[in-house]
Amino acid sequence: MALTKAEMAEKLFEELGLNKREAKELVEMFFEEVRGALENGRQVKLSGFGNFNLRDKKERPGRNPKTGEEIPITARRVVTFHPGQKLKARVEAYAGSREQQ
Amino acid sequence: MTKSELIEILAQRQKHLTYKDVEFAVKTIIEQMAQTLAVGERIEIRGFGSFSLHFRPPRTGRNPKTGESVPLEGKYVPHFKPGKELRERVNSSVDIPITDS
Repeated sequence: MALTKAEMAEKLFEELGLNKREAKELVEMFFEEVRGALENGRQVKLSGFGNFNLRDKKERPGRNPKTGEEIPITARRVVTFHPGQKLKARVEAYAGSREQQ
Repeated sequence: MTKSELIEILAQRQKHLTYKDVEFAVKTIIEQMAQTLAVGERIEIRGFGSFSLHFRPPRTGRNPKTGESVPLEGKYVPHFKPGKELRERVNSSVDIPITDS
């Protein structure tokens, strides 16, 4: 089961004593602020988790995979995520524990 | 934007919550996300994106100092796939310069 906003709100309700509406609103605002920052060209660094960076890509040649027709892939701005050292180490530890099973 | 700037912004927008509450909430959200990936589960946030683990197969590395071959075990690394809304909003702002602040 994947983690969703509903479960995050539930956790804030349990651990912080926010009421359910407040908890839901705060989780929503958390992601909206990150989106808003990225939309405004601001890269986001969340220590203990990772960085959301922006990259401007030039136009490049592409192809419609169905028809084989050549269509340029237009220039665009994309988001990339770079996990921090701490998160990478925690995830690798999970891989290690699985190998021992 | 850093984690502490995110906390500031959310605290200003949620006047009925104390700064401490918002700080605890943001740290709780980030820790829950990191912990989810640390146990090998996915995160799915509609309109933002999804986080999952990708497997990197074992390979032979090299000690850059001695040139000696070193076997490296396979490992899991966190991966982020931006959601449709985030992709579209980020791409709509190619004219805005990218900043770290």
